[in-house]
Amino acid sequence: MPCPRRTTRGSEAAGLGLQLQQRRSGTVSVSVSVSVLVVSVAVLGCCLLPLGAASSPSHNRDTSENHQKSGHGGTQPTNHTKKPFPVLSFDYKHVKQPFEIFLWVLLASLMKLGFHMMPRLSSIVPESCLLIVVGLLVGGIISLVGEKPPVLDSHVFFLYLLPPIILDAGYFLPIRPFTENIGTILIFAVVGTLWNAFFIGGVLYGVCQIEGTNLHTVTLLPCLLFGSIISAVDPVAVLAVFEEIHINELLHILVFGESLLNDAVTVVLYHLFEEYAGVGTVTVIDVFLGIVSFLVVSLGGVMVGAIYGVLAAFTSRFTAHARVIEPLFVFVYSYMAYLSAEVFHLSGIMALIACGAIMRPYVEANISHKSHTTIKYFLKMSSSVSETLIFIFLGVSTVAGSHRWNWTFVVVTIILCMVARVLGVIGLTHVINKFRIVKLTTKDQFIIAYGGLRGAIAFSLGFLLDSNRFPMRDMFLTAIITVIFFTVFVQGMTIRPLVDLLAVKKKQETKRSINEEIHTQFLDHLLTGIEDICGHYGHHHWKDKLNRFNKKYVKKCLIVGERSKEPQLIAFYHKMEMKQAIELVESGGGVKLPSAMPSTVSMQNIQPKKTPSERALPQISKSREEEIRKILRTNLQKTRQRLQSYNRHTLMADPYEDGWNEILIKKKKMIEFEKRISQMNNYLTVPAPPPDSPTIARARLASDPQAWSIKPAADAGTIPSIKVDLASPQTPDSVSMVDEFGKPASRVPREPEDEEEGLMMRPPLGEKGEKEEQEEGKEQQRLLRCLSDPGPAVAEEEEDEPFLP
Amino acid sequence: MGSTSSTLAKIPNAEDLMQETGFTPAHLVRLYDRFKVLDKDKKGFLTPQDFVAIKELAMNPICDRIIGAFFTSGGETLDFPSFVRILAHFRPIDKNRPKEPTSPDPINSRSNKLKFAFQLYDQDKDGKISRHELLQVLRAMLEKQVTEEQLESIADRTIQEADLDRDDAISFEEFRKSLEKVNIDHKMSIRFLR
Repeated sequence: MPCPRRTTRGSEAAGLGLQLQQRRSGTVSVSVSVSVLVVSVAVLGCCLLPLGAASSPSHNRDTSENHQKSGHGGTQPTNHTKKPFPVLSFDYKHVKQPFEIFLWVLLASLMKLGFHMMPRLSSIVPESCLLIVVGLLVGGIISLVGEKPPVLDSHVFFLYLLPPIILDAGYFLPIRPFTENIGTILIFAVVGTLWNAFFIGGVLYGVCQIEGTNLHTVTLLPCLLFGSIISAVDPVAVLAVFEEIHINELLHILVFGESLLNDAVTVVLYHLFEEYAGVGTVTVIDVFLGIVSFLVVSLGGVMVGAIYGVLAAFTSRFTAHARVIEPLFVFVYSYMAYLSAEVFHLSGIMALIACGAIMRPYVEANISHKSHTTIKYFLKMSSSVSETLIFIFLGVSTVAGSHRWNWTFVVVTIILCMVARVLGVIGLTHVINKFRIVKLTTKDQFIIAYGGLRGAIAFSLGFLLDSNRFPMRDMFLTAIITVIFFTVFVQGMTIRPLVDLLAVKKKQETKRSINEEIHTQFLDHLLTGIEDICGHYGHHHWKDKLNRFNKKYVKKCLIVGERSKEPQLIAFYHKMEMKQAIELVESGGGVKLPSAMPSTVSMQNIQPKKTPSERALPQISKSREEEIRKILRTNLQKTRQRLQSYNRHTLMADPYEDGWNEILIKKKKMIEFEKRISQMNNYLTVPAPPPDSPTIARARLASDPQAWSIKPAADAGTIPSIKVDLASPQTPDSVSMVDEFGKPASRVPREPEDEEEGLMMRPPLGEKGEKEEQEEGKEQQRLLRCLSDPGPAVAEEEEDEPFLP
Repeated sequence: MGSTSSTLAKIPNAEDLMQETGFTPAHLVRLYDRFKVLDKDKKGFLTPQDFVAIKELAMNPICDRIIGAFFTSGGETLDFPSFVRILAHFRPIDKNRPKEPTSPDPINSRSNKLKFAFQLYDQDKDGKISRHELLQVLRAMLEKQVTEEQLESIADRTIQEADLDRDDAISFEEFRKSLEKVNIDHKMSIRFLR
């Protein structure tokens, strides 16, 4: 029975224009995923999902189940004659609901896997399109089987599918670009959406009044309602498409921020028009109330989110002893914020964003490293699953929904959407550019206009309409779906080649260096000072005031202990050092990490004074140590190469990181370098440890374990050769003569045991070298965030951004 | 704008100043008013004490450097043209400026902005930011919250990153290079001075 289906699928797949034959692995994986799909769909087709608002009577399902399954289904009369004990029985009903839900989730995830196995396809077609197509197919199959496919229930959508995506967006919102462009974003979100709604609604009404379209039944208010539903840019769709094109930060935050903040406008307009559409008129009072309502909805939502955010931050202060449930607080508080806002019909999206953005800096300062990773991955995972499910359901709902196709209405809607968007963006940019320092160019405007995608929120809002009060609901739904399809398919697919064609600036891949960080802070101070001199209360002035307030009061409350006093720069520096240390370990290849590591204690919360460093090797005097360090450091300066940050643990799972090739190249270089080193036995150079035994290398140096460094050196030949008799490394004289760079020992010899902050505050002697050595196990207790778990991972700029630096 | 033009008349060499700095008359007048406000004793020039009297400025970690930038070469008086010239550095860059090869860069060009910032670091004016000067800046910015060792580590690392010719100091070119990704126009411009 599966066979004929497979060929049908195969032909359908071919019909979609996928060139599968060219890639054998592609076809293999496609047939694998297809067969899995078929099997799961077959099961699904039999047992309908209560997830949708499917209205098919339940007894249908029962009988179909009974047909399909062997064994005794259905009703067995309870007679009291003794039956043989049922060794194996079948009782599907009591697990039906969760079973089906998770089957859908499984289907969605397998689809996602399948797409990524076909690289050519996923580079042309954005994932969202593919998922909608899959949804269409699944819906088609289900209806072929004879059952009614489930429709995307608005209740489920708004309560379960949307929050993870928004929380993910809000938690990782890059605060700095967001606040710098907040004015622009707000104007686009509020004024732009209002303009769109009224323009589309108004013109549609005009069109509906034209003779010959038999749309007279559509009065003004339903038109405006439709306009307000369709005008909002959808965050899910924008995220799905923009994530893949890696556009520069400014444009990304503009479009994305707009899609998030227009929720308040949409909510107010929707409720306003829905309320009064029945009555038929809207008075001035209503408009005024609408404006007030808008303020209440948006500010109220933000406030609710802020309260929950502060609560979450405060709670995280005390979780030092129950690290395992730290992530739970983040999720629960955020979700509660969303639900609480929804109780009062405030903007749940803005509440979520505010909650995530506010709690993040404080929570991250308090929680352990592993919790941080957990939160990050769980958020990404759940938002990814949600997004996949949403798109698949959109496809299924298209097949399932009752449609009324009206050519005029649909075509006019699509055209109006585009026209309204373009006009709105151009007009608003013209006004906005007067107030911006970095102006928006025409290219920017084009991308902003083109990136205004509609998505599932519009569909769900339309679905929520009551068909009694709005007899044209089906027509609306059809139009909404068509617009969604149009924007997602046409605009989503073409935006990537257009971005390349227009040579729009892409996202900067490199991370900030510490130079940039220092100088940026310096310039901030400078500008604040100049503003004060000019008497101008500008951007910097308020930012500075907020920072001071934050430092003085808020941080003390919300961040545990010592960390509250830690300045931004230090936190940044620590993070950088940590990352490099981790990179070093991981790219070092085969360096054994000590097995016992304190994995649950967060970095700065360790007091290293309590854990004296124990070295197995004989102690050398501090001044010797200092000199050796100096020598090694000067050597290391020459061999140092900035490693591309990567993260093996996230490498496969995280589609945003791609440093694998560089790492392979570096490994090769390191192996070559090692070979060269093995020929230079007497030199106090910095060898890369052979992948098999660090101890050999250690013995080679025969002394200071701090002489580790695993830097691959492209310029190994320039390593200065310092002849030191390694046989007797502890001879003070031999070492002291060596300082050929003539650097004055101006620095106070550092005492590692005195440092308060353990890992980071060693002198930057091969910052990496030290970490390496410490990881080697001498000072295990100092290992602060568990190094087997690579850290605040590396591909995200938001990690390094201090909160309002 | 009657008051503007009448105030403008009071400013000596207003035309030349506007030409040199690119400020509009409205800006110049505004700055002149501010100059008058700061000059409490009506001396006609400003002294460092006048600057220190600005409350918010006194709280700024690099306040003395900023003041030092205005009073170059140790002078104790700052007249209005010099005041305006320094502030001209913070005008947003005019993107539409025609590029004449012979005329010098305007005061608010990217390169001049960077030079101004560089001079704030480089107090001894030797053209390089030495480790010592960097440490001073870090100390000022981080106030008393960090230990010496931490400061030194950061300073070392900063120099390592930026120092391309290995002279253990950051020259202007290296400074410029390390900031090439930063949008200086955005970071060093004050909007109202457009």
